[in-house]
Amino acid sequence: MDETLLQEPIVPKAKKQKRQRITWSMIKDQRQLIFMSVPLLAYIILFAYVPVWGWTMAFQNYKPARSFGQQEWVGFKQFKFLFTDDSFMRVLRNTLGMSIINLILGFVTAIVLALLLNEIKKLFWKRTVQTISYLPHFLSWIIVTGIVATSLASDGIVNDILMRLHFIKEPILWLSEGKYFWGVVGASHVWKEVGWNTIIYLAAMAAIDPALYEAADIDGASRYRKMFHVTLPGIKPTIVILLIMSIGHILEAGFEVQYLLGNGLVVDWAETIDIFVLKYGIAQGNYSLATAGGIFKTVVSVTMLLFANWIAKRLGEERLL
Amino acid sequence: MANQSVTPERVSAAALQSRVGRGKLEPVIFNTLNTLFMIFLVVVTLYPFLNTIVVSLNAGNDTIRGGIYLWPRQFTLQNYKAIFVSGTIYDAFLVSVARTVLSTILNLFLTTMLAYTLSRREYVFRKSITFIFVLTMYFNAGLIPGYFLMKDLHLINTFWVYVIPSMISAFNLIVIRTYIGTIPESLVESARIDGAGDFKIFWTIIFPLCKPVLATIALFVAVGAWNSWFDAFLYTSSRQELSTLQYELMKLLSSSMNANSNPAVANGAGMTQDSAASMVTPLSIRAAVTVVASVPILLVYPFMQKYFVVGLNVGSVKE
Repeated sequence: MDETLLQEPIVPKAKKQKRQRITWSMIKDQRQLIFMSVPLLAYIILFAYVPVWGWTMAFQNYKPARSFGQQEWVGFKQFKFLFTDDSFMRVLRNTLGMSIINLILGFVTAIVLALLLNEIKKLFWKRTVQTISYLPHFLSWIIVTGIVATSLASDGIVNDILMRLHFIKEPILWLSEGKYFWGVVGASHVWKEVGWNTIIYLAAMAAIDPALYEAADIDGASRYRKMFHVTLPGIKPTIVILLIMSIGHILEAGFEVQYLLGNGLVVDWAETIDIFVLKYGIAQGNYSLATAGGIFKTVVSVTMLLFANWIAKRLGEERLL
Repeated sequence: MANQSVTPERVSAAALQSRVGRGKLEPVIFNTLNTLFMIFLVVVTLYPFLNTIVVSLNAGNDTIRGGIYLWPRQFTLQNYKAIFVSGTIYDAFLVSVARTVLSTILNLFLTTMLAYTLSRREYVFRKSITFIFVLTMYFNAGLIPGYFLMKDLHLINTFWVYVIPSMISAFNLIVIRTYIGTIPESLVESARIDGAGDFKIFWTIIFPLCKPVLATIALFVAVGAWNSWFDAFLYTSSRQELSTLQYELMKLLSSSMNANSNPAVANGAGMTQDSAASMVTPLSIRAAVTVVASVPILLVYPFMQKYFVVGLNVGSVKE
């Protein structure tokens, strides 16, 4: 039988029926496609979905020595403990606090930088600034936190400059006081990602119809009016989509920065949910409690994502899922 | 029509007036301030990195005196010699290179192959497989269940734990699939008439045509593999010979940060006993390792810029 002939009538029919019926002959025709994709499907199910089975640990008093049948089931005890535990509440506060700071700082700085880059008329200079601004994105958090720690040390460049300008008399111990920690984390994120985050806005700006700017020129609009009434509305859909997408990541305050920059002196302000999970799970062997913390994070994230998706639909934006 | 032709003239006259009124000063001020801001940005971005390079090229015992900014006071290559003579950093460097190369090759091949099958409209499992992969972008089982999986699969304390768990990313899959969608269908059709099967079409036609997007993905995957340290920390920390460069750097960093907050520790653990190596300090070693760990990527990314800007925007269409 000719393969192409066989498929021709099936495709339009499938559209009408909505649900395509899978027949043996189709599977035979598409065996190469199946060989190329089904092993990878098995792979992703093994590595991304099978571990969900481990969530049962959160409802047990898990002991690694016992087999699954011997585990003691405790219902929601671990979750009850989490929500009455002061340290988990503190961890939740830190996660939300840092995540919101990162979100707002990240958006504002990237949009402002994109607007300013967009005003540079000399192409070579613009390209140079852009290339340099992408650099920190490619450095690992290990390197970035090393640079941050060096710069903020008592004899580091930041204290050096502030003292020379007579803003302060004595060096500030940026990394030893809890009140600075969230700000330091926010600033580190901006330093690393601000250039990279402009890429998407600059692309959106490049897509704005030049006729709009010409019309604004004819109307005598100033540079700032053009920014506010042409450029910003032009990139508004991009901003909205990115904002909505980041709602799903509200509990993703990051793990690496806090883990690498945190120390005993600022631990009350530095620990996030991920560090909590790592501490209880891997370091102390309390797998059940750590898994419960992880489940909480995943469930909140997925709920927020569905919520964001619903908002996107209501606003008439393209849905995310 | 008549109405339209009158209006712009009137308006542009008004515009002209307002422009004259504002004078030519405003653009000059704005451009100067903007340029100054950009110079500030460039300095803030580059200075810490340049300073690290200079520290790595300066004698360690001299650096401690402070005042090293953008030029070495006592130039030396001793720090680099020290890290490449000591076996651990050099071995970690080789492990990092190996995992980066292997991850990149496997990711490119497997992700593109899967993306090709998911771009075929007639493929019966197209929708279900796409959905299962896209869903993984938004949830994961978490650290502890993941750890137990690696344990059950006997991947802990093996080299493969760096490569196997991250062979396909859903994000890259969507980017490549979107790109394949722009390749004319007629190319595939004519190959099919010539009797080529799907694998042959993928390998001889689609894969080579995906070069621009694969350049982007290769950069993303390579950067991710090169920069990751958490897997070494979590899964292989008890086997020194599997340590990666970033993980070694992390160990150096945390020991020197403890030394900062507690000078007594620095004297005990940080400083080497060997007096011949007194030119070398933990700080200068760290600077040298930082340079070694970042230079390979920094040499590559400026040349990939035109690709990743496009790749990022393709991906954002449907993330």
